[in-house]
Amino acid sequence: MKHTLSVLVENKPGVLTRVAGLFARRGFNIDSLVVGESENPGLSRMTITIDGAEHPIDQVTKQLHKLINVVKIRELDAESMVARELALVRLSAEAADKRAEAMQLAELFKAEVVDVDRKSLVLEIAATPETLASFIDLLRPLGIVELVRTGTVAIGRGRG
Amino acid sequence: MTQTKIKGSYAIIEALKDEGVDVLFGFPGGVVIPFYDALFDSDLRHILVRHEQGAAHAAEGYARATGKVGVCVSTSGPGATNLVTGIADAYLDSIPIVAITGQVKSDLIGTDAFQEADTTGITLPIVKHSFLVTNPSDLPRVIHEAFHIASTGRPGPVVIDVPVTSQFAEFVYTRATTIDLPGYRPTTRGNAKQVRTAARALAESTRPVLYIGGGVISAGATDEVRTLAEKLRIPVTTTLMAMGAFPETHELSLGMLGMHGTAYANWAVHECDLLVAVGARFDDRVTGKLSAFAPQAKVMHIDIDPAEIGKNVEPRIPVVGDAKLVLQDILTELDKLEVNPGLTADWLKKVDAWRAKHPLRYDLEGDEIPPQYVVEQIREVTGGDCIITTDVGQHQMWACQYFKYTFPRQFISSGGLGTMGFGVPAAIGAQIGRPDKQVINIGGDGSFQMTMQELGTAMAYDIPVVYAIINNRYLGMVRQWQELFWKRRYSHTYFEHQPDFAKVAEAYGAFGATVAAKDEVADVLRAAIADPRPAVIDFKVRQEESVYPMVPAGATITEMIGAAPTRRKKS
Repeated sequence: MKHTLSVLVENKPGVLTRVAGLFARRGFNIDSLVVGESENPGLSRMTITIDGAEHPIDQVTKQLHKLINVVKIRELDAESMVARELALVRLSAEAADKRAEAMQLAELFKAEVVDVDRKSLVLEIAATPETLASFIDLLRPLGIVELVRTGTVAIGRGRG
Repeated sequence: MTQTKIKGSYAIIEALKDEGVDVLFGFPGGVVIPFYDALFDSDLRHILVRHEQGAAHAAEGYARATGKVGVCVSTSGPGATNLVTGIADAYLDSIPIVAITGQVKSDLIGTDAFQEADTTGITLPIVKHSFLVTNPSDLPRVIHEAFHIASTGRPGPVVIDVPVTSQFAEFVYTRATTIDLPGYRPTTRGNAKQVRTAARALAESTRPVLYIGGGVISAGATDEVRTLAEKLRIPVTTTLMAMGAFPETHELSLGMLGMHGTAYANWAVHECDLLVAVGARFDDRVTGKLSAFAPQAKVMHIDIDPAEIGKNVEPRIPVVGDAKLVLQDILTELDKLEVNPGLTADWLKKVDAWRAKHPLRYDLEGDEIPPQYVVEQIREVTGGDCIITTDVGQHQMWACQYFKYTFPRQFISSGGLGTMGFGVPAAIGAQIGRPDKQVINIGGDGSFQMTMQELGTAMAYDIPVVYAIINNRYLGMVRQWQELFWKRRYSHTYFEHQPDFAKVAEAYGAFGATVAAKDEVADVLRAAIADPRPAVIDFKVRQEESVYPMVPAGATITEMIGAAPTRRKKS
C-alpha cells in the first residue's frame, strides 16, 4: 500500500539532503518526492510517496520528525486527499493512424498536445496517479519515446 | 551608544562563554587560525590534544562525566574527518557535544580547495543537527541553537561548520537568547492517560523487571528509579550505558543484562511478566534474538524519543517523555493506588535463587593475573570511589561485570558505537570535568595503542588519570569469537610486537609500571594513584581468558554460554 506524506519543512539549504539522507540511512525507499515553496515563503512543502508495505509508516514519520528542520508531517489517505501528477510523454507518431489514436486518447484523458513535429508529438497530462498510470499503459503500444513525470503532489480535502 | 564590531572568531568565543562553556578540546589548523588567534586573548580554557579524534572523545568524556555539553574544535578537511569517529560515538550514545569545525572560504566551497571536505555532508547521518555558517552574523544564534539542540530532548552531537571568511567578518555581537526552531519541540511530559495505565500495570505486576538505559542518566532520573524500585520491590537491570544509575550494591540490583550480562539479569528478563524499559532502546546486544526476548512480558517503554518506541519492540504501554518527569508522574499516580510491595516477594525469591546459583565468577587459581581480578582490585584500592572509563572489548565487559558502580556518571564507556581508542582521551575529558574524583581508565592493549598519543595531552595539563592496561596481547574480544565460533583460527588478533607500555609512559614523563604478579596488583595501583602524574600500568594478564556468561549474537537467553542455569522443574 502506498502512503502519502505531506511534510512541511523549513526552507533552508540542505533540508532536501537531510530528508533524502534519512530515507537512505534507515533503508526506506521513496517512490516519489516532490518539493516546492509553500504558502509561507519560509517553509517548503514536500509530498513524499512511499511503499508502506515495506516499512512501518509510523517509524518513517517518527524518524522524519526528529529532523530539526521538519516542522509538520501529515499523512494523507486516499479518501481525504486530492493527488495529482503531471507527465510529459513523447510518442513516435510518424504513422497517421498512430497519431490519430494518440490524439483520441489524449482527448479522452484530457491531455494536451504541447509539441508536435513530423516524427513525434508530446502530450501533457495532469491527473490522479491512477489515471496517469492507465493513460501511460494505453499509450505504451503506440511507442513512448520519452516519459517525464513530476511525482505526486497531494493536498488534504476540505472538511467543511 | 556606539556599538563595537567584533570579528566572527571573537563572536564564537563570546557565544561559547554565554553558553557557560569553560573548556574546549581542540587542535588548530589553517582555516581556524583566526579562531585560535581570538582564543589567544581569551580566558577560555583550551586543551590541545594530539589528534582530533582525541578532542572529540575528550569532549564526550567531559560531557558524560558532568552532564554538560562538551566542545571540540578542529580545522577543515582532515581535522574535521578525524572528529568523525567521536561524533558518531556521541550520536549512538546520545551524548551532548558541539563540534566546531573550520571550513574553507565560503567562495571556495565546492572547488576542492586545499583541506576542503564537505563536513556537514560527511557528518549528516551521525549528527542530531548541523549548521554551515556562511553568514557571519548568524554565529551567535547558531551557537545558541546548537547548545540547545545538543542538550535537550534526546541529547546528541551538533556540528557547526564555520568558513574562515565568517571568522574574519566583523559585526556587532548581540547575545542570542531566543530559540526559533519551529520543528523542534521535544515532548517531556508523559501523556496523563498513559502514565495512569503505566502506574496500574506496575501496581498489578507480580514479576516486574526495571530495564534502565542511558536515558535515566541523561534525564537525571536515578532517584526516581530507586524510589520506584524500592516502593514496589522491583529488581533493576542496567544496560552498559546505565551502569551506576542504580547502585549495584543494592539488594534489588541485577547488574548488567544482555550479551555479557549476568545470568540472573537475563533470566529475570526472560521470565518477567512486566518489563519496564526506561531510557533504553532494545539494542541487539541487549535483546539477542528479538522474537524470543522477554517472551512472557508486557512491555512498558518510557523514552523521550518517540522514534525509539516500536523501533525494535512494540510496547504494550508506551510513554513518550523525559524519564525523570514520567517517573515522577507515575510515582504520584502510584500514591493514589493501593500498592502491595509484597506482591513481588515470590519473584524476588526466585531471582535471588538464580543470583545465588549463578553468580559471576572467574578462576583465581595459578600465578597469572586474571583480568577480572584487576577490575576488582581497582575497586578495592579506591573503595569504589572513582570514575571508571573504558576502551572497548573484553576489558570493557569485565569492567561492567566486576566493579559494582554506585553512582550515575561513574562509568564512562563507548556503548553503541563500540569505539576502540575511546578510553585514553575520554578519561582526560572526564578528569577535567570531575577534578574531585580519581579517573581510572580500564583499557586493553589494542585500544590503548589506538590513542595512546594523548598521554602527551594528559602530561601537558597535569591530568592525573591512571591508565590500567589489561594486556593479553590479543584483540581479546575478537579472539574470543574466533575461539568460540571460528574454530580457534586466531586470524590477526595476536600482537607479535608490542611496545613496553611502562617505558612509553616514562618517555612521556608519566608514571609507568609493569605488573605480572597477582600480589603486586594492589600495591602498584596505590602507587600509581598516589603519584601526581598521569600513570600507565601494564597488567600482563592471563592471555586466553574469555568473557562469560555470553549470549551469542542473535541467540536467545536459553543459549547462554558459561553460566547455563539448570532449568527449574515444572511445577
